Amino acid sequence: MSTQPQEYQAPVWNEPVIMEMGYPGRRGVVFSDVGPDIESRVGPVADLVPAGVRRRQPPALPELSEPEVLYHYLRLSQQTLGMMGVSLFGTCTMKYNPQVNEELAWRPEVTEVHPHQHEDTMQGTLEIVHNADLVLREMSGMDQFVFQAGGGAEAAFTNCAVVRAYHASRGELEQRDEIITTIQTHPCNAATAAAAGFKVITLMLDENGYPSLDALKAAVSDRTAGLMVGNPDDMGVYNPEMKEWVRIVHEAGGLCFYDSANFNGTMSKIRPREIGFDACMFMLHKTFGAPKSGVGGPAVGAYGCSAEVAPFLPAPLVVQDGERYHLDYDRPQSSGKIREFFGNVPVVLKAYAWVRSMGAEQIAQASDLSVLGNNYMEKGLLAIRGITRSHPDATSPRMEMTRYSVQTMKEETGVDVHDVLNRMSDFGVDPAWTSHEPWLVPEPFTPESGEMYGKEALDLWVAVMQRISDEAYSDPQIVKTAPHHQAIHRLRPGVIDDPDTRAMTWRAFRRKTGR
Amino acid sequence: MRGRTAHPYMANSVPAIQQEMLDSIGVDSIDELFSQIPADHRSTRPLDLPPALSEAELKRHLVGILSKNRTCEQNLSFLGAGAWQHHVPAACDEVVRRNEFLTSVFGEPSSDHGRNQAWFEFSSQLGELVDLELVGLPVRSWGSAAGHAMRMAARLTGRHEVAVVRAIDPERLSVIRSYCEPAEMAGHIAVRLIDYDPATGLVDLDDLRAAVGQQTAAVYFETPSYLGIIEHQGAEIAAIARAAGAETVVGVDPISLGVLASPVHVGADIVVGTIQPLGVHLHTGGGVGGFIASRDEDRYAHQYPTLLLSIGETLQEGEYGFGLSLFEQSSYGLRDKGNDWTGHSVYMWAIAATTYMAMMGPRGFEEIGGQILQRAHYAAQLLSEVEGVSVTFPQGFFKEFVVNFDETGRSVDAVNEALRDVAIFGGKDLSEDFPELGQSALYCVTEIHTQSDIERLVEAIRKVVT
Repeated sequence: MSTQPQEYQAPVWNEPVIMEMGYPGRRGVVFSDVGPDIESRVGPVADLVPAGVRRRQPPALPELSEPEVLYHYLRLSQQTLGMMGVSLFGTCTMKYNPQVNEELAWRPEVTEVHPHQHEDTMQGTLEIVHNADLVLREMSGMDQFVFQAGGGAEAAFTNCAVVRAYHASRGELEQRDEIITTIQTHPCNAATAAAAGFKVITLMLDENGYPSLDALKAAVSDRTAGLMVGNPDDMGVYNPEMKEWVRIVHEAGGLCFYDSANFNGTMSKIRPREIGFDACMFMLHKTFGAPKSGVGGPAVGAYGCSAEVAPFLPAPLVVQDGERYHLDYDRPQSSGKIREFFGNVPVVLKAYAWVRSMGAEQIAQASDLSVLGNNYMEKGLLAIRGITRSHPDATSPRMEMTRYSVQTMKEETGVDVHDVLNRMSDFGVDPAWTSHEPWLVPEPFTPESGEMYGKEALDLWVAVMQRISDEAYSDPQIVKTAPHHQAIHRLRPGVIDDPDTRAMTWRAFRRKTGR
Repeated sequence: MRGRTAHPYMANSVPAIQQEMLDSIGVDSIDELFSQIPADHRSTRPLDLPPALSEAELKRHLVGILSKNRTCEQNLSFLGAGAWQHHVPAACDEVVRRNEFLTSVFGEPSSDHGRNQAWFEFSSQLGELVDLELVGLPVRSWGSAAGHAMRMAARLTGRHEVAVVRAIDPERLSVIRSYCEPAEMAGHIAVRLIDYDPATGLVDLDDLRAAVGQQTAAVYFETPSYLGIIEHQGAEIAAIARAAGAETVVGVDPISLGVLASPVHVGADIVVGTIQPLGVHLHTGGGVGGFIASRDEDRYAHQYPTLLLSIGETLQEGEYGFGLSLFEQSSYGLRDKGNDWTGHSVYMWAIAATTYMAMMGPRGFEEIGGQILQRAHYAAQLLSEVEGVSVTFPQGFFKEFVVNFDETGRSVDAVNEALRDVAIFGGKDLSEDFPELGQSALYCVTEIHTQSDIERLVEAIRKVVT
């Protein structure tokens, strides 16, 4: 580990909020007149709007020329670290978003197609969606995928809707009102189950890092609608008893959903269906190489299930009939829609393109590399003073992530995890992911090396942590006052939550500050 | 060790590097690192996928498939109904494809500063259009926004029924029903549909009065409605809702808000809608996105399921940054005890939309609204002069209107098929979802449709039906 981290300086543009910019009368876009024929035929605009609902005051938007707007947002993009250095954001599987996939997804055959076009005019789109379905079936063992969910959480919600429809079809929905999950399964599973109307039973971990079989057995009953679980979990811990879990839940009459958010380390190694799961979900914007877009989408949670569950999927499904492809809306047992139309087609295309670029061998290698990279980093990180990992006594290697803690560092130096994260960015490294709530491990951080980065980048990341630890133990103020080289300093504690100061819009900000 | 040739996406796909890393860990093979997966969990057979393609092959493969599509650029399209073709300035596409935005994460407010500011500017500008101070980060669609708003209203009032206009996009209604839970669930929110006046397309106020009562959590209507109608009875509707103690939730298309007043001025409590018209392409339906806005009152703020982003002063006086506000009430903070759920949404479309709104400015919105109104009315008037063709609600619409073909003896399906032969995509067929409207289609005309486009449509339809 001879890598010496170099300090980085973010662009400091002091860019004003756009609401403060501009000059009255400037225009960023104009529209050609309707012309005299239309004007004389339909009359003035004012006469076409009922008087009571006409806008009286123009919206107080800025008035700017086109380049002023463009360069404002380009400067803002420069003030976003955004993986320009190294970003190992755990549970998000940062990986390369191939430029060719972006280029293909921005062709007019994708961007300028309307979802209500006749299927004769979008056979290409439907073929790509179907092809994506086929490769995901092969990777999961499932029988049918649907792409309607605009993200992983929405795919979890899809599962809840499908589970409702499944039990309703058997007349058991009123009785089966409980969903079982685990504390280290992504929060969206518990949240969507609750929003779908289920009672949520959350199993806690035992000393091995996953809940015990006894805890599961105590939770299942004739009220069990289903299980929603990630494996490996958000700490890179794989539950080896999962086959037995599935058997127990099935025996109780529930359906089993595998949240494959953390699939990167297990792809090619396992198939969720072969373990017994009825349904699973893949993040096309993580595992399959499409951008996460600021952990915000547009994204796709591809939801796949067994033939037994497929009748309950939200319509439409893309189906092949000989040489042609159709959107199948005729699905009488369908759960109802999760989102309008049939999915974020550009993201589906990018995922399919990623699979075709990789092929089976390289997909297997990607999972190898992500687990190799994580264990390689673990060796380096655990040698750093003040850093420990969760479940230190569990001897088997972690999968593609490891949950660490700087609790020791905090106790010995006063430097907490947010201090560390802020200091990381001074070296051009994106702050690491901490942990979902609740923090079972105090002062947590969770890197995920993925398969994109080379050994040098992983070494740099570890070296940055080493440097920060050295600083924490020698001159902690450097870390506690970080960042020193970012576009802005840290926010004043509390200002964004205090009702007197928090402001989600410029107009709220102006009112609260009297500006 | 697999993969004799390194893959361009993976820097460590070189066997010698892998050996260095294995040596450092102190294990002999990568397989040893997978020891926690039991043998009986392992795949029964290797992955069988189509062969890997080089970049050149991949591009040829996908361009070949995509060439089977016909686009709204090559054809003249009048489809709307949930995704609308507006002009997208090229600058929006440049900004929304910036890698720094695309590959950013939730780090610290300092490292995500530029993107956070862009998101705040999205909420701020949308707030000006709807005249509201509290705007959440976007949700995945208009239907998602409306569904969340119904649940917010149910929590606010402790009631379990919502009154929803029947003249609504069936896709959106289906999403709302999914959010409101089926009748078997303890938390079920009943969706009661309110008729529209068959003469005007406006909300039937008598039906609304009869439906709304002490059980009503929210009244939900849209302006313009799915059938294109500008709902000008908002004040009466809101008064009926308020008298019953219900929330008034209104759906809007923000591109209309340069000429139409925000429904806040007639009593809306929560405003929802789409953001797709604001600088986002159709993307085959992947362009949809939604928003939720309200007054900045604790009562509403504490019910938002969305992420919320606040401006705030940094430790350096006079310097401002942006951070997640009220995070602990989200599902990230409280899991199943949080407000509904949040997760990946369409945040890049917020960046497209903020760029769009900044380029438009107040004059742009006023102009585009006027243009759309005039062009759409021109199209409707010309179409209604075609023998056998009528416009069902000929007045008071914005960019969409219902065209009826009953008197031509032809189905919408047949008309649209004939139009496709002359490179025109006719309006969305309403005959299944709104059988009472007969053989009708929902036509959408926007600022992109020129006089000659409209006249070409009218002539094509004249040929088809005579």
